[in-house]
Amino acid sequence: MSNTLLSLDGVDTFYGEFQALFDLSIEVGVGECVALVGSNGAGKSTLLKVISGLMSPRSGTVSLRGENIGGVGAETVVKKGVTLVPEGRRLFPSLTVEENLLMGAQAKRGGPWSLERIYQLFPNIAERRRNLGGALSGGQQQMVAIGRALMTNPDLLLCDEISLGLAPVVVRELYERMATIRAQGMAVVIVEQDIGQASKVATKLYCLRSGRVVLEGSPSSLSRQQITEAYFGLETTAHGHS
Amino acid sequence: MAILEVIVQAMMLGGLYALFAAGLALVFGIMRIVNLAHGDFIVIAGFLALIVTWAIPVHPFVSLLIVIPVMAAIGYVLQRGLLNRIVGADPMAPLLVTFGLSILIQNALLQAFSGDTRKLQAGAIETSSMSIGGTAVGHYPILVFVVAVGVIWGLQTLFYKTRLGYVLRATSDDAQTVRLMGVDHRHIYAIASALAFAVIAVAGVLMAVRTNFDPTLGPARLLTAFEVVIIGGLGSFWGALIGGMVLGLAQAIGARIDPGIQMLVGHVVFLLVLLVRPNGLMPKVGH
Ligand SMILES: Nc1ncnc2c1ncn2[C@@H]1O[C@H](COP(=O)(O)OP(=O)(O)OP(=O)(O)O)[C@@H](O)[C@H]1O
Ligand SMILES: [Mg+2]
Repeated sequence: MSNTLLSLDGVDTFYGEFQALFDLSIEVGVGECVALVGSNGAGKSTLLKVISGLMSPRSGTVSLRGENIGGVGAETVVKKGVTLVPEGRRLFPSLTVEENLLMGAQAKRGGPWSLERIYQLFPNIAERRRNLGGALSGGQQQMVAIGRALMTNPDLLLCDEISLGLAPVVVRELYERMATIRAQGMAVVIVEQDIGQASKVATKLYCLRSGRVVLEGSPSSLSRQQITEAYFGLETTAHGHS
Repeated sequence: MAILEVIVQAMMLGGLYALFAAGLALVFGIMRIVNLAHGDFIVIAGFLALIVTWAIPVHPFVSLLIVIPVMAAIGYVLQRGLLNRIVGADPMAPLLVTFGLSILIQNALLQAFSGDTRKLQAGAIETSSMSIGGTAVGHYPILVFVVAVGVIWGLQTLFYKTRLGYVLRATSDDAQTVRLMGVDHRHIYAIASALAFAVIAVAGVLMAVRTNFDPTLGPARLLTAFEVVIIGGLGSFWGALIGGMVLGLAQAIGARIDPGIQMLVGHVVFLLVLLVRPNGLMPKVGH
């Protein structure tokens, strides 16, 4: 067995007649941290929806430890160890913070994460455990969303723009916590529009544009200029894939 | 004492109406579906109890041991097989489908049971009473009220104090996101429907012991349930009890004045509440 956890091979995905992903292939190793960057509408969220099972690929395969999980549905995928922190947090507004976290335990996977551990990781949501999700600040809501995902005890955590709309100091705090989370050996895919933040923590980077991977490599081996060009589609270098 | 008699009458009507409404409120609250066949399922529960008591000579209340699970199963299958296809679609679809279902049920019941009026025979409890200050207070009205309070309390507790409760509320909030937690929203919708149908079973049997019924009574029960939900508001299951009591009291007072205007007074009070508090007496608080 190689140490590949997840691999997508030749994935095409559609919204009705609109094709959002084209022949897309990526790989995530066990315990690896992968950054996925790209501008608005590049297909980042769509890709995470396909991996987490919220959407089915029309063709191509999504395999987790060699098993095809494409199209089996999100409620099954999470039980196999892949979970998504969705874009816009999506807390349940009529549930308390604690009930939101407990929803993650519905996946019924054993592992290191429990209510206690989440409250240790994010002490300022522990104080708000009896509040409704909607009564929290944006940063606290994001912490609950991450905590709720961790409660499913994933092997692979997908994070969709967790820094969106948050103050830089809060974003820094979230990314510091991400280091603690990763110390458990869990693989992470981080989607961000901001290249800087993502490439700091990631060991591998994919740049998406118009539903295609246009650049991949380790952030340290790619120059700032290469990434920027791929991001905005300035076709000057020949590093693109498609 | 006239006042006591009115109150006892209101307790029975109100309890019955709260039970009619609780299932409707539950289904609407979780799935945003208005089931126009709701009243017809109440009538089905009455007929089901009738069949059970024909087949085995048991008391109608004992028949609930069969009627409740059978109705819950019908609710689960109906949701899973039919209504899940139209949850979240445009609101017209559930209205059309359940309206069709309502007509279908009424005609099927007419075919199977004819248009004759029926009644469940519950024996002594129907007429037995105790004397309070010289006024005869029937046991049955008290029983209906106590059952209604118990059912509403049970639903409220289930929704706000148990694990199934927060899973149901989360699914109602965001059916896509619960899937990321390993919850199959189609199953949870069907569970909610089964719960509603269990309450319908109790309502149907208590109704069928209390009054004559026939296959055409469904729409009138639906109308009552609607009025109760709108009077009570969607903030809590207790709203159904309060709505039921308000409507029951209005009708009991109306009947006291003139038996011919019982229903009319009920409708007028409903309209008044709608005018003064359009979101009901216990509205849903915004987030
Ligand atoms: N529900 C939908 N129906 C139809 N088209 C959609 C839908 N969601 C996204 N799209 C389209 O698919 C493409 C990819 O969208 P996606 O949300 O994956 O982009 P993204 O990279 O996450 O963008 P952002 O950074 O703005 O979140 C876009 O062209 C978008 O318009
Ligand atoms: Mg996105």
